[in-house]
Amino acid sequence: MARAATTTDAFNAVAEPRRRQILDLLAQGERPVNDLVALLGLAQPQVSKHLRVLREVDLVRVRDEGRQRLYRLNAAPLRPIHDWLRKYEQAWNARFDLMDTILAELNEEDSHDDD
Amino acid sequence: MTTTSGTAKVTLPADTQILITREFGAPRRNVWRAYTDPELIKRWWAGDKGTVTSAEVDLRVGGRWRYVMTANGGFEVAFRGEYREIAEPERLVNTEIFEGIPDPDDHVGVITLTLTEKDGRTYLEALCEYGDKATRDAVIDSGMESGMQESYDALEQVAVSLS
Repeated sequence: MARAATTTDAFNAVAEPRRRQILDLLAQGERPVNDLVALLGLAQPQVSKHLRVLREVDLVRVRDEGRQRLYRLNAAPLRPIHDWLRKYEQAWNARFDLMDTILAELNEEDSHDDD
Repeated sequence: MTTTSGTAKVTLPADTQILITREFGAPRRNVWRAYTDPELIKRWWAGDKGTVTSAEVDLRVGGRWRYVMTANGGFEVAFRGEYREIAEPERLVNTEIFEGIPDPDDHVGVITLTLTEKDGRTYLEALCEYGDKATRDAVIDSGMESGMQESYDALEQVAVSLS
């Protein structure tokens, strides 16, 4: 699968562990940047930089409320990642489903051994 | 028996890892057997992507393994590796190399299989670790392209549950 080399798509944006942490925190609800700074234990400029990358790929959206800027998760751009991984998961499901058949036979052998 | 069909879960715990989990309605000695016996491997390893034509297993530390399948598209797909740790029937560590990429030996994965048994059922965890993110992603791509282009129909049934 061809992907952009920079942080211009969701794949790259979530490759950074801190950015995944930010997404996890925002999945629990909207938060101002100060909350994220406190929860992540990072300096504000770093958090703001990560938020900027996430906003560029539309994983995070922002709105002003009074004097605060509130950040929230927009999960839709994660869909391609989800789909990409689910195809791989399907391949493993096909394997394991065949293994189920084998295991049923081995279980059957066991029960005869017990006779 | 509780049905387990289609219940494998794949997650990405870190940039360079893939974690595959699945429960089986069988004791782990049987899961271990199905996982390591060449004649049994031949029956499941290709999944719905083709037919296994060869499964070689030298199950000892430093011993090698190699699986070959003929994919539905008519071409061959081969993986090989070496066993690093063997603790039957609960833990197996082996390397894995996909022969279908350029410089395969530069893209070695390490697979740690853990089998945990409870009440006659077995919980399988396969943690796959690669040298870099690009290799991990290539493995995921190869895992789904080893047959033919798959239909997207099944994907449409998958609900997004990430938010």
